[in-house]
Amino acid sequence: MRYSALKIIKEGLTGNKGWTPAWREPEPRSQYDVVIVGGGGHGLATAYYLAKVHGVTNVAVLEKGWLGSGNIGRNTTIIRSNYMLPGNQPFYELSLKLWEGLEQDFNYNAMISQRGILNLCHSDPQRDAYARRGNAMLMSGADAVLLDADGVRKLCPEMDFDNARFPIKGGLWQKRGGTVRHDAVAWGYARGADERGVDIIQNCEVTGMQINNGVCTGVETSRGRINAKKVAVCVAGSSGRVMSLAGMRLPIESHVLQAFVSEGLKPTIPGVVTFGAGHFYISQSDKGGLVFGGDIDGYNTYAQRGNLPTVEDVCEGGMALMPNIGRARLLRSWGGVMDMSMDGSPFIDKTDTKGLYFNGGWCYGGFKATPASGWCYAHLLATDTPHETATQMRLDRFQNGRMIDEKGMGAQPNLH
Amino acid sequence: MTQTNRLEGGQINRQKIVQFAFNDQMYNAHPGDTLASALLANGIKHVGSSFKYHRPRGIFSAGPEEPNALVELRRGAAQEPNTRATVAEVFDGMMARSQNHKGPLGFDLMGVNDLLSPFLSAGFYYKTFMWPKAFWEKLYEPIIRASAGLGSLSGLPDPDTYDKGFLHADILIIGAGPAGIAAALQAGRSGARVILADEDFTPGGRLNAENLSVDGSQGTDWVKASLAELSQLDNVRIMTRTTIYGAYDHGIYGALERKTDHLAKSEGMPRQVLWRIYTKQAILCAGATERSIAFGNNDRPGIMLAGAVRAYVNRWAVTPGKRIAVFTNNDDGWRTATDLVAKGVEVSAVIDSRATKAPTDVAGAIVVMGATVTNTFGRKGIHTFSLSNGQSIKADCLAVSGGWNPNVHLTCHQRGRPVWNETQACFVPGGDLPMGMLVAGAANGELSLGQALSAGYATANTAMQNLGLSAAASNAPNADEESTKVTAFWHVKESAKRCWIDLQNDVTTKDINVSYQDGFRAVEHLKRYTTLGMATDQGKTSNVLGLAIMAEHSGKTIEQTGTTIFRPPYTPVPIGALAGRCRGEDFRPVRHTPSHGWAEQQGAVFVETGNWLRAQWFPQPGETHWRESVDREVIQTRESVGVCDVSTLGKIDVQGKDAGEFLNRVYANTFATLAVGKVRYGLMLREDGIVMDDGTTARMSENHYVMTTTTANAVSVFRHMEFCRQCLWPGLDVQLISATEQWAQFAVAGPNARKLLQKVVDADTDLSNEAFPFMACSEIKVCGGTPGRLFRISFSGELAYEIAVPTRYGNSMMAALMEAGEEFNAVPYGTEALGVMRIEKGHAAGNELVGQTSALNIGLGKMVSKKKDSIGSKMSEREGMNTENALNLVGFKPVNRDKPLLAGAHFVSKGAEPTMENDEGWMTSVAYSPSLGHSIGLGFIQRGADRMGEVVHASDQLRGGSCDVEIVSPHFIDPEGERLRG
Amino acid sequence: MIINHPLLGPRDAAEFVYLGDASLINRPDGLTADASGDFYEYLYLRDNPAGLHKELWYHEQGDRSWLVVTRNTLTHEITEVELARDVAKAQGRDK
Repeated sequence: MRYSALKIIKEGLTGNKGWTPAWREPEPRSQYDVVIVGGGGHGLATAYYLAKVHGVTNVAVLEKGWLGSGNIGRNTTIIRSNYMLPGNQPFYELSLKLWEGLEQDFNYNAMISQRGILNLCHSDPQRDAYARRGNAMLMSGADAVLLDADGVRKLCPEMDFDNARFPIKGGLWQKRGGTVRHDAVAWGYARGADERGVDIIQNCEVTGMQINNGVCTGVETSRGRINAKKVAVCVAGSSGRVMSLAGMRLPIESHVLQAFVSEGLKPTIPGVVTFGAGHFYISQSDKGGLVFGGDIDGYNTYAQRGNLPTVEDVCEGGMALMPNIGRARLLRSWGGVMDMSMDGSPFIDKTDTKGLYFNGGWCYGGFKATPASGWCYAHLLATDTPHETATQMRLDRFQNGRMIDEKGMGAQPNLH
Repeated sequence: MTQTNRLEGGQINRQKIVQFAFNDQMYNAHPGDTLASALLANGIKHVGSSFKYHRPRGIFSAGPEEPNALVELRRGAAQEPNTRATVAEVFDGMMARSQNHKGPLGFDLMGVNDLLSPFLSAGFYYKTFMWPKAFWEKLYEPIIRASAGLGSLSGLPDPDTYDKGFLHADILIIGAGPAGIAAALQAGRSGARVILADEDFTPGGRLNAENLSVDGSQGTDWVKASLAELSQLDNVRIMTRTTIYGAYDHGIYGALERKTDHLAKSEGMPRQVLWRIYTKQAILCAGATERSIAFGNNDRPGIMLAGAVRAYVNRWAVTPGKRIAVFTNNDDGWRTATDLVAKGVEVSAVIDSRATKAPTDVAGAIVVMGATVTNTFGRKGIHTFSLSNGQSIKADCLAVSGGWNPNVHLTCHQRGRPVWNETQACFVPGGDLPMGMLVAGAANGELSLGQALSAGYATANTAMQNLGLSAAASNAPNADEESTKVTAFWHVKESAKRCWIDLQNDVTTKDINVSYQDGFRAVEHLKRYTTLGMATDQGKTSNVLGLAIMAEHSGKTIEQTGTTIFRPPYTPVPIGALAGRCRGEDFRPVRHTPSHGWAEQQGAVFVETGNWLRAQWFPQPGETHWRESVDREVIQTRESVGVCDVSTLGKIDVQGKDAGEFLNRVYANTFATLAVGKVRYGLMLREDGIVMDDGTTARMSENHYVMTTTTANAVSVFRHMEFCRQCLWPGLDVQLISATEQWAQFAVAGPNARKLLQKVVDADTDLSNEAFPFMACSEIKVCGGTPGRLFRISFSGELAYEIAVPTRYGNSMMAALMEAGEEFNAVPYGTEALGVMRIEKGHAAGNELVGQTSALNIGLGKMVSKKKDSIGSKMSEREGMNTENALNLVGFKPVNRDKPLLAGAHFVSKGAEPTMENDEGWMTSVAYSPSLGHSIGLGFIQRGADRMGEVVHASDQLRGGSCDVEIVSPHFIDPEGERLRG
Repeated sequence: MIINHPLLGPRDAAEFVYLGDASLINRPDGLTADASGDFYEYLYLRDNPAGLHKELWYHEQGDRSWLVVTRNTLTHEITEVELARDVAKAQGRDK
């Protein structure tokens, strides 16, 4: 079914009785060309691009819960390509370009809103680092503007400029950054993949991997065995658990990142703003809620919830930056489990087991990567070669000393 | 204005009248009123506009679950959007405004949305607004954003203060209703340390709203007597206006106490206090929340929850209408009718969806069993409704009861899932409760008063048992068992009109239908697709109803359909309260250097360096630009002598028999060979071979070393060294202590440094080059016997020393040094001049040691000893860190010497396009060198060490500052190091 | 969270700094022939269990002890707290 304003008017006039499900609820078949483990944003995007770009449609996406129940439904919806290192920047810029045409591509309004992202700096070294980053962005075809304090004040006059412990000295502004209605991304990809013949199978948990003589031939699931020529794991947050079924240890720890939303308010925050002297970032949703967050809690966990010290730390950052939000109320907080990798960067790679592929390690940056992750993973699955923007996102990079460490924190996942 | 709807009785202070304004109109109320009860007392029904359709809305509930009656409270900077009128206590001078409408409330121009409702069903926005592409951001989204949102912030800094506090208890009792009070009495009498917290300003819970008795006396009297007893117990703390908003790990609860929200002004008090309560046991006695029934046009002002109507009549002596009808599916709803009659209010009808015998008589009311309400009439207030049997009934208030939902919220905060109880038609807490949590009373599905009282008592005893305390010998309070019989009934399917489920977000049964058709049938999909339960009330009155109606659609049971869990906070918490005092200048503590006072007197400009404030430069009269000051400080230092407070460097005392061996392992270069009385530069790697930190370490005596770290890494290096000491080599005899704050330390640099110091140190100190050469260190005495330490080390490249004295002498030491230096024209210098001189000298610092660079990158690859196993040495051998194209730290000069260099520029070969493929490195630090008379820079470039003299392009598209630069040695000044050894 | 410090009793976890898996105690010998592979596994690979996890916490706002805490990563329940020095010694680490 093609969605359009006309269709809405027609349905509205006839009692909204003619809508059909956005996706089927098929029974799993016993054999697929590709089985994607994980029906989150990345898994669904992978299925969509496998079908659409590579014509590979004998594909199943297996989801343990309901589709989109992972981090695609639990994030703070930010898109940006303000990365610095050659191993990352072209990939995230590809992602941003895909975002820019996504809604027309999959005929679903994901409310992609490029109202800009502003990273504030509060010291000279921080400004120098942003200059390094901004120039790297421009060199790979992204957009970036370095603002001074007055430039920041024009964008966001209600921030604390006069009384701040760490005065705002400027910021790196990416106008093409912004926010997206996160759930709609999962739904749009699911609908597009389903239309092209992909089986999306919900409530189907992978409980084992079929591996014989170093070759992966399928998966055991809560709904029976499913054979596959290729098994593509894509379960960021649970990578450790799922890959342990294949006997693999990963350069990944699972951590919780909390996110927060306030009650609905009339527009007050222009785009996305990140504080450079504390753990706080914020945007405002189309519905009016302030959507904000900060640092991960910092301890290994698979529980989708966090604790108070982080909640308070985030709000302290918020009040330090924007004392005008003090009387806005925190409405809801939640936690998402992150694949925190050893250098803060992800993996899209084959494994040593033939037929078994891995996509994960997205840290808290997976949402913005969704289109490119799907695009590049589909490329890898279809061609068995890494996409040109993801050549460094390899599992063996720590063995050979080729880390992609944007923050320079080293092999301690909770610092990235 | 007269309070037309005020009745006799109630818990209000009729002796006093307070005035409040609603939409600029003044009204009277009494202390004890909420804004909602006061509005109802004055006959105000229409108080707001709904989120999407902008339908007129009235007060729906009498508690925190309120979806409709949200107002902007107060004016100016204190304006507080989305405040629920049902929990806001009236005070004299209160100003409230309705929100989310264009034009006056009575003529909301956005009401046109209501006419378009057929086209605005669930998820409509996902299906349109896509063409033309540019229109989303330019047209559609701005319109949506402007019309979305509810109330407004003032845009001004929050004028109030907020405090934080910590409390400890054996038993935290959450909710001072009948169950909570019964539990508190028993636990308190038994001697346990009890906190009894309630969000209301009057404890009692539903007893305040009901006409029921306990132990033979009126419920409210029992509450007063019980509270009086509890307040006499030293081991019991009663906290009213205190919401337990979240249950966190290991028995930690978040609580928000409202201190001044009920006052016109905070008067110097904190507005609210955020408590963290540490408990061994917690008893959740949070009661239950009533739910509605979905029927046609069930959202009109005057349609309210039946229990709320009872609360207004009994507690606040206010009737929400002159002629009230009841629509119920349970026996509890009938008590609204009987209580109204008892208060002398006309009850026009009682409609019960159950085709059974009426449980009681209601004087003067039409009673219709087995019927439902299908539609209502009256845009700004209901006046008539029609029934499934065709009957039409007049009423200006319709009290609805669809049954009660236990307040299981806190049981879900650690992802526990409630379970469906078919007989009581409600979700009750599941088995996976937060550690130490017990549940009693209505929150546990024990819905009658008698059950609640005995459950509270019994659960307190359970808690005591869990704590190993013995229970006092007293009895549970007693009450009659009122009937709570219910037959689940959710949705009047005969209604042709929209039937609301979520009032605030305007989710109707039609949306559930579209959601179902579109395939969004899982509970979480339903929520996210329709926004059901996502409003400020978090679905307190709507979640279960929506779930049940989806179950009906799917032909499944509620159990099969699932449940949704609640996340913290229970009710919204101001961001200001969560931040507490940490805002503005108090966001983080300020660390002052020992000579801060002296520097302040000199008029120094300070800069934030982490939490430190350091002197950045010392402007002199006549200097109008910072560069003038900094250039002067550099020149004077290099020509004569300068003094700089470097106390912020981390200092770690390392002692023990194996201290040398320990340093040998934590530093990449060798330390075991360092002689007593000598200092060595130390390079510290992370285990992955990347540079962690650098600094100098002095061997003061055989088993005593003093290490310095960079300012930024003082804490993390110490932590790392403790890890090495305790976890990796627990057998080494070595002890560590951080001495950063114990020693004030000053760099004294320049050709006259020795002469200056000679005047400060005690006479017997020989500072000659022979007696105290470069890299020497010693314990000394200064200024006539004050103990100190002297290190001959240099960051500036000059003849230089660092002199340390106990911190308390720091300020005087600075003054003494400057006084002694007067004859040499000594200059104090700040961090800027420090930075210029270290760039001139080619020392790597924070901008170079960014956690991505190895020893090889900074030109110190050879320092990493291969003869020993030190942290990071093995991993630094990895192939990717030792490629031919590896980055080297080198110096840069602009080809056009007038051109200022910019840190953050990227290098490409001359003539190459500035693309990522051609990227060869970046400029890390730049400075204007007053010594050379032009801009200089340090930076990393591929194979830099082999490219001396090559001209490359420093691309800075970001600031339009690109220029050609020459690769040079990073040692711009005195490359042979003659000065520092002089 | 609350960590029951073996010397100081129950303390709020906010007083501590977290490092990671307690296997970080088992630093390989850097001078052996297999050191490269050993260090790769030691430094980069994790069991990352969903369940009991032995992990290192540092009492930075306290007595500077490194602790090995056994905590369930699904429920956050802590079942054992030991001094890391004792654990390291018990595992044979010495000088």
